[in-house]
Amino acid sequence: MDAFTTHTGIGVPLRRANVDTDQIIPAVYLKRVTRTGFEDGLFSAWRADESFILNQEPFSRGSVLVAGADFGTGSSREHAVWALMNYGFRVVISSRFADIFRGNSAKAGLLAAQVAQPDVELLWKLLENEPGTEVTVDLREKTVQARDLTVAFEIDDYTRWRLLEGLDDIGLTLRHADHIAAFEAARPSRMPRTAPA
Amino acid sequence: MARTLAEKVWEQHLVRRGEGNEPDLLYIDLHLVHEVTSPQAFDGLRLAGRKVRRPDLTLATEDHNVPTLDVLAPIADEVSRTQVETLRRNCAEFGVTLYPMNHAEQGIVHVIGPQLGLTQPGTTVVCGDSHTSTHGAFGAMAFGIGTSEVEHVLATQTLPLKRFRTMAINVNSADGALRPGVTSKDVVLAMIAKIGTGGGQGYVLEYRGNVIDNLSMEARMTICNMSIEAGARAGMIAPDETTFAYLEGRDHAPKGADWDVAVAAWRELRTDDDATFDAEVDIDADALTPFVTWGTNPGQGLPLGESVPDPAAIVDENERVSAEKALAYMGLEAGTPLRDVRVDTVFVGSCTNGRIEDLRAAAEIIDGRTVAEGVRMLVVPGSMRVRFQAEQEGLDKVFTAAGAEWRSAGCSMCLGMNPDQLAPGERSASTSNRNFEGRQGKGGRTHLVSPLVAAATAVRGTLSSPEDLA
Repeated sequence: MDAFTTHTGIGVPLRRANVDTDQIIPAVYLKRVTRTGFEDGLFSAWRADESFILNQEPFSRGSVLVAGADFGTGSSREHAVWALMNYGFRVVISSRFADIFRGNSAKAGLLAAQVAQPDVELLWKLLENEPGTEVTVDLREKTVQARDLTVAFEIDDYTRWRLLEGLDDIGLTLRHADHIAAFEAARPSRMPRTAPA
Repeated sequence: MARTLAEKVWEQHLVRRGEGNEPDLLYIDLHLVHEVTSPQAFDGLRLAGRKVRRPDLTLATEDHNVPTLDVLAPIADEVSRTQVETLRRNCAEFGVTLYPMNHAEQGIVHVIGPQLGLTQPGTTVVCGDSHTSTHGAFGAMAFGIGTSEVEHVLATQTLPLKRFRTMAINVNSADGALRPGVTSKDVVLAMIAKIGTGGGQGYVLEYRGNVIDNLSMEARMTICNMSIEAGARAGMIAPDETTFAYLEGRDHAPKGADWDVAVAAWRELRTDDDATFDAEVDIDADALTPFVTWGTNPGQGLPLGESVPDPAAIVDENERVSAEKALAYMGLEAGTPLRDVRVDTVFVGSCTNGRIEDLRAAAEIIDGRTVAEGVRMLVVPGSMRVRFQAEQEGLDKVFTAAGAEWRSAGCSMCLGMNPDQLAPGERSASTSNRNFEGRQGKGGRTHLVSPLVAAATAVRGTLSSPEDLA
C-alpha cells in the first residue's frame, strides 16, 4: 500500500446522506476478479443522469468526495472502495461512515476523513459556489483546507499511523506469529472443522 | 468483573491484546467464503507467496451469482461464470472445501453454516459478506469483512479489531409471544426504523427479552441477519435449549462426550446479571403489527396499516431530503395507504428469510389460493437442503399450484447478480434485507416484508397481511 501524507485535488460536493454501497457500485458490476476496472460501475445509476455532479466539469476530474452522513452503509463489498479509487478519488469526507466501509478504506488506502456535519455543509457551499476548488487533505495535521477554510477531521490514531507509513496489515499481524501459534495450540479439539463430516 | 455475552466471546478469542492505539488481535474459528469477495484475496496470497493458514476452518460455496433456473447448464453470463470458475480454481489450489452449484450442501453461506452445524455458540465467524451477522443467533460473534480482510484471515486466521461498544435490544411482550401475523422480520424492521440505519454503528447488538427467548433458531437468524441494516456489524443472542436442540446431531456439531463438554461451556455464554450495556433500546412487542418499508433504506419503514409518509412533516432537513428522494424513486405519493400499493413481483428467499420455516409460513398462506393476475412470485430456497426438505413436505407443489415459480438455491433476487432481477420501474414485495435503489435490478423498487406479508401480497396484488385475506 502507498503511504498517504497529504493530497490535493478538486473537491466534489455530493449532497446525499445514506449513500449505500449499492449506489456506489451496484452488484452487477462486482463480477470482475481483479482489483481494477471498477470505475465504470461507480455511481452508475446516478451517472446515467446528465445533471449528476460527476457528469459536470470540473467535478468529473475530482479526487476528494464530500458526502452526506452515513456514507458506505450496506454491503461489505470492498469493490465500493476500489471503484472510488479506480475513478480517481483518494479521499472521502463525511460526518459518519459505515463501519465496514471505513475498515475497507483503511485497508485499500482510501482516506475516510470524518468531518463534523456543520463543516461538511461549509465545504459543500464553498465547492458549489466555486466549482473546481482544490481541497488539500493533510493526514499529519488531520485538516481539510479549501481556500480560506480549514476544518479538522477525525480518524483513529492506529489507522492514521498505518496510512502514513503505508503498512500492510498482514505483515503487521505476522510479527505476532508466535502468539497465533500459542493460541492455536490451546484451542479445544472439539472446535468445528470444515472438512466434510 | 461482570461481562456481556459479546465481551466474553471477544476475550475467549484474544490472540494478543493491542498496546496503546493498536487493535486487539482475535482468532477466527470459521471463515466462510463465496465467489464475489474472494478472488482478489486469493490473488493477494499468490502474489505474496502465502498459503491458507487453516483450510480446515475455511469453507466456500457459490451463492451470489448462481442461476436458479437451468442449473445443470453452464452459467450463461460469461463474467459470472468466470467468477465461479475462479473460486473453484482457488479452492482447489489452496485446499479449501467447496460446495459448488448442484452439490447437496450448496446454498447461501449464511444458510449452510448453521445447517451444517459449523456455526456454534461462542465461536467467531467471518465472511466477505455483511449479512454474516446472521450467525450471531447462535451466540457466535459473527460479522462481515471486506476483501482485504478476507485475505488477512486466509493468511493468518486472525483479524485485528478495535473494541466495540455493546447495545441491548430488549424485545418483550406481556406473554412473550408475538401477535398473530407478526414475525421476527417485523421485529427487526421496527427496530431499524426506531434506531435508524446508523444507530447501531460501533456496537455489537444483543437481542434479549421474553420474545427472543421464545423464538425459533430460524426466527432468531432473521433478526441477527438484519443487524447490519442498523449499522451494527454484529448482533447476538445468548445460546439456550432452543440453540442446543437445533445443533444436536448436525454434521459438524460435537458428538458424544464432546457434546456434553460443549453444552456446559455454551451455558456460560450469557450476559452476567450485573453487566451493563453501553446503550439499551426497548421494543414493545405487544404494539407490533406487520411492518413494511416505503423508502430506499431499511430504516424507512412503517406498520402496514399506515400511509406513505409526507416528507414535508419531517423536521430534520437531511431526513426530509432523503424521504423526498426516496418517494420520487419509489414512485409513491405521500398519504397513499400502504395497503393500496400494487406490486409486480413477490420474492420469497434470501439469507434473511430463505429457510424452511420461512417457506412453510409462506406456503401456509398461499395454500389453496392463487397468485394475483399480473404478479410474478419467485420462491427461492436458501440452500439445496432447504429445497429438498421443502419438496419432501410438498411445499413446492403448494407454490406452483398457486402460480408461483419454484427455483433452485442461491441469493437470487435479493441482489440480482444472477438473472433474477426487477426491470426498471417494477415494484416488489421482498423477504430480503435491502431496499436500496437498484438493489434488485436497475430502477427496481423494493418493499421489505415478512414471508407472511409476501404471501398475502402475492394473493391480493397489493401490500397485504394474512388478515386481509378472506
